[in-house]
Amino acid sequence: MAEPMGFFTDTTVCIGCKACEVACKEWNELPATNGGHGTLSGDSYDNTRQLDGIHWRHVKFIEQFSPDRSQGRWLMMSDVCKHCVRAGCLEVCPTGAIIRTEFDTVVIQSDMCNGCRDCIGACPFGVIGVNPVSGTAQKCTLCYDRMKVGLEPACAKACPTKSINFGTIVDLKKMAQARLGQLQQAGESRAYLYGDDESMLGGLNSFYLLVDKPQIYGLPPDPQLPSRNLKASAVWSLVGAVVVGFMSVFSFRNRGGGDV
Amino acid sequence: MVDSDCVVIQGSNMAECHPVAFRWPMQAKLKGAKLIHVDPRFTRTSAVADIHAPIRAGSDVAFLGGLVNYVLQSERWKRDAFFREFVVNYTNAATIVGDEFKDTEDLDGVFSGLMRYAPSIKEWPLDGFVGQYDTRTWGYAPAASGRPSPPPPAGPPFDPLVRSLLTPPPRRDETLQHTRTVFQIVKRHFSRYTPEMVERVTGCPKETFLQVAETILANSGRDRTTSFAYAVAWTQHTNGPQTIGCCALLQLLLGNIGRPGAGVMALRGHASIQGSTDVPTLYHSIHGYMNHPSALKRHDSLRDWLLTETTPRGYWANTPKFMVSYLKSMYGAAATKENDFGYDWHPRIIGDHSHLPMFVAMNEGRVKGLLCIGQNPATSLNASVERKGLARLEWLVVKDNWLTETATFWQNSPEIKSGQLRSQDIRTEVFFFPAAQVAEYDGSFTNTQRMLQWHFKAANPPGDCRTDLWFTHQLARRLKKMYAESTLPRDEGFKHLVWEYDSDDPHERERGEPDAHKILKEINGYYTDQPDRHLAGFGDLKDDGSTTCASWIYCGVFPAPDRNLAARKQADPPGAPGAQLDWGWAWPANRRILYNRASADREGRPWSERKKWVWWDGAKWTGYDVPDFAPNKAPLSKAAPDAIGLDALSGSDPFIMKPDGVGWLYVPSGLADGPLPAHYEPAESPVPNPLYRQQSSPVLKYWKLDGNALAPLGDSRFPHIMTTYRLTEHYLSGAMSRWSPWLTELQPEFFVEISPELAAEKGIGNTDWIAVSTPRGRIRAKALVTRRMRVFTIDGRTVHHVGMPFHWGYQGLSTGDAGNELTALVGDPNVSIHEGKAFVCNVEKA
Repeated sequence: MAEPMGFFTDTTVCIGCKACEVACKEWNELPATNGGHGTLSGDSYDNTRQLDGIHWRHVKFIEQFSPDRSQGRWLMMSDVCKHCVRAGCLEVCPTGAIIRTEFDTVVIQSDMCNGCRDCIGACPFGVIGVNPVSGTAQKCTLCYDRMKVGLEPACAKACPTKSINFGTIVDLKKMAQARLGQLQQAGESRAYLYGDDESMLGGLNSFYLLVDKPQIYGLPPDPQLPSRNLKASAVWSLVGAVVVGFMSVFSFRNRGGGDV
Repeated sequence: MVDSDCVVIQGSNMAECHPVAFRWPMQAKLKGAKLIHVDPRFTRTSAVADIHAPIRAGSDVAFLGGLVNYVLQSERWKRDAFFREFVVNYTNAATIVGDEFKDTEDLDGVFSGLMRYAPSIKEWPLDGFVGQYDTRTWGYAPAASGRPSPPPPAGPPFDPLVRSLLTPPPRRDETLQHTRTVFQIVKRHFSRYTPEMVERVTGCPKETFLQVAETILANSGRDRTTSFAYAVAWTQHTNGPQTIGCCALLQLLLGNIGRPGAGVMALRGHASIQGSTDVPTLYHSIHGYMNHPSALKRHDSLRDWLLTETTPRGYWANTPKFMVSYLKSMYGAAATKENDFGYDWHPRIIGDHSHLPMFVAMNEGRVKGLLCIGQNPATSLNASVERKGLARLEWLVVKDNWLTETATFWQNSPEIKSGQLRSQDIRTEVFFFPAAQVAEYDGSFTNTQRMLQWHFKAANPPGDCRTDLWFTHQLARRLKKMYAESTLPRDEGFKHLVWEYDSDDPHERERGEPDAHKILKEINGYYTDQPDRHLAGFGDLKDDGSTTCASWIYCGVFPAPDRNLAARKQADPPGAPGAQLDWGWAWPANRRILYNRASADREGRPWSERKKWVWWDGAKWTGYDVPDFAPNKAPLSKAAPDAIGLDALSGSDPFIMKPDGVGWLYVPSGLADGPLPAHYEPAESPVPNPLYRQQSSPVLKYWKLDGNALAPLGDSRFPHIMTTYRLTEHYLSGAMSRWSPWLTELQPEFFVEISPELAAEKGIGNTDWIAVSTPRGRIRAKALVTRRMRVFTIDGRTVHHVGMPFHWGYQGLSTGDAGNELTALVGDPNVSIHEGKAFVCNVEKA
């Protein structure tokens, strides 16, 4: 297996140009919604609104201004599949269409997908959707086809400000720590890394540098796998079984008594 | 810019409109540089800036003037020997201005020499001036009086002619104490631009202004440099060039010119717009920024042209070599010494033939035909006027990738829909030529750094699509054939025009495509008698016809038939200091920073180790860059007073294109609207000028015609300030972007940005339809209500600011009203740029 690869997205240098969105669509031949005929969302400069089967990259815009404008920030973040080390989508896929590649990334094989949508519900980040052209669940492949021939993913290649960094997870973590240190030294105490360590789903192979709470960026503060409920539900199943067992015993006993 | 310690972006939304170039300021920021954005709106550039200073559109000179005053009044600037050494030696601060000059301080807002405009020629009454200056009083005080001696006969050689133009150099006072030194005039002129005044005029809080000023000053000096970047939000005003000049003045005072991480960066708006002014599509200039022969100037013969256009001191003393080599390129063997190298065949201009007056002329029925290549005037300035102009043409050629609004104006323009015009009444015959895309042919781009980069053909264009080269080549060939038999004297030039660009590749030849390398060779130049011997640089040019060169500034890009330097792609090793000299080729002579002699002190030593760039090694100039200086001229060598050219400048005069070898704080000649910048209100403004009694530029250009009315000062019908701009997701009129679904889904509809305060006042909700109007027109758009827009307090009164991207039109996947239905034909007197960035409007719920 090759070294684990992924993205480190430094949102503090993102300029919201959406070159990543367009480069992704161009390389992966993804259509525009409704042939490009849309309506203005009114939500800042975000008109594609979400990650789904035909939007594998999505730039979020968050306007934060006090009424008198004395405080103001316009946060931008290019969102993408997190390529979780413990991936919910992979866990629930009934056909085995979703695989972990030699680069430790998560890829949906379109030809094996039956369109059941289980993975869509299982993803705690909401990155998967059905591509209406193929009728199958789709999301970022981290440009698996490009990586196979030694090329970086299209979005990282197109990013003009190095907000999207591609590389080995080991290198990206070093880069992220250095950038975090630099920002903290410059007085940006709100900066932190999201998903860089194993505590979050075993580690996100696409992790972020953020300067506000995850919810502000539409990210879950504590994402969970569908299987997280297994232990609890197993206990409850056991408790249920015991209760039912006892109830049946008592009920037999009662019935027996009644017969007497 | 990657070497800057502070980057100021003003008059530009660099992150949105130049995202690829913006990687350099971002890399500087990652190294610790401060990023400042001065702009009416909080944009994607402001989002990553350390400081956002909000100013209302049209007040840039007031802000920059405030910075000039702050710098001159600061203890740091007065104390630091670096600034004094730079300013005394490398600028015209010490030069004494003539007694007759009167400043805006003396004349309440205007300069000496203001007079009524009198059109100079009846055939072209379209120059648009509302007034003009007699600029003679603005000159330097002469050291001795007397006209130059009568010029000798024409050459070649032309050196005696150039020498005859010499006048005594101007007087100087290096103590800067004389009251008429440029320094003292500048100091007095800007003394009223106080921080309080900046706040009154621009609406920028004083504290924010001071924070900007302190940051710039702290990051300027011997060991630190600040750069400025601007784009069309500085140029598109009735005083645009003065705004840029004000920044140059500030940067000269701070020693931020000719040094790494310094400068005033013009961000060009298209991939090769720099190239199109170098090898010009400009009406008033021929190749390499020489003035176009004009019927209105003393340009009657080659000798007259040279006498008018040549400056004897500095590098422009070589103008005869550039001009004769250019004429040889135009007319080849037919151009001889005896016939003034064909100068008489060259067309002359008779006035302002730029975009605005040409469309006025069209409206008057003075123009028969128009070739529109990569332009979309149907959605351009005061669009309705432009479309009515198109409707009066006999013929119109549109060559584009898609059927633009200009191609279909006769069919579905707003005038057709409203019944104002009927298709059957429009006699214009429209020809549409489908165009090839850039990846479908070989050629060069010249970027904003004056760097040529070659691009290669990747695929054949589909169907009948042809390149712009093909179109021009085929048109010229056909016209030459038509004129071949003419005996009219006026057609001589066309008959002699050299046009030999047929491709040697059989396939391209069959397609009729010319050879881009042959065109590059013509631009670069060659020895007339040995066409295979290319010129290695403009130092080899001659004034006797033995060299042929279309554009002297590009001479050296193609020094041998097998060496196209624009095609180089060798980067410097990572971490090593350098100027990337083996990547592409930058004019002039592959220099990456102009006037880089200024990166060393008078004695030729780098100002500091950190800001090392070019220096004197004891025998020659050397460094990371190609020195922009005579290579072996010692730093302290004296100027020869009777010499011409570079010999007339000293070893410490870095500005070799200037006749006095120094950077100009004060511009004694060349500008139409004043030797110093002064804040004037835009032609349309809701407020009186707080600085001077003169409201707006006394010499701006305005064309009076139906549909081009201006709102008078304080017109209550149009109380808001409007500015226009581009979005990252679209390109200009949308001709290249509103046809791509991947782009239209990112910005699907025409919108206008307003503040929540204005929205509340007018009862407008986010994404509601609104109507925006000016005296010229009315458009409908969706409202985008955002706190990124703000309310300004200008001179005590509340003014709302409205913002509008201008990308839309009636063709394409995403359609909408054109923002330019609202703009006016009003412009600057130097270059006739329109005032598209600041005007007044009204907003109502639709």
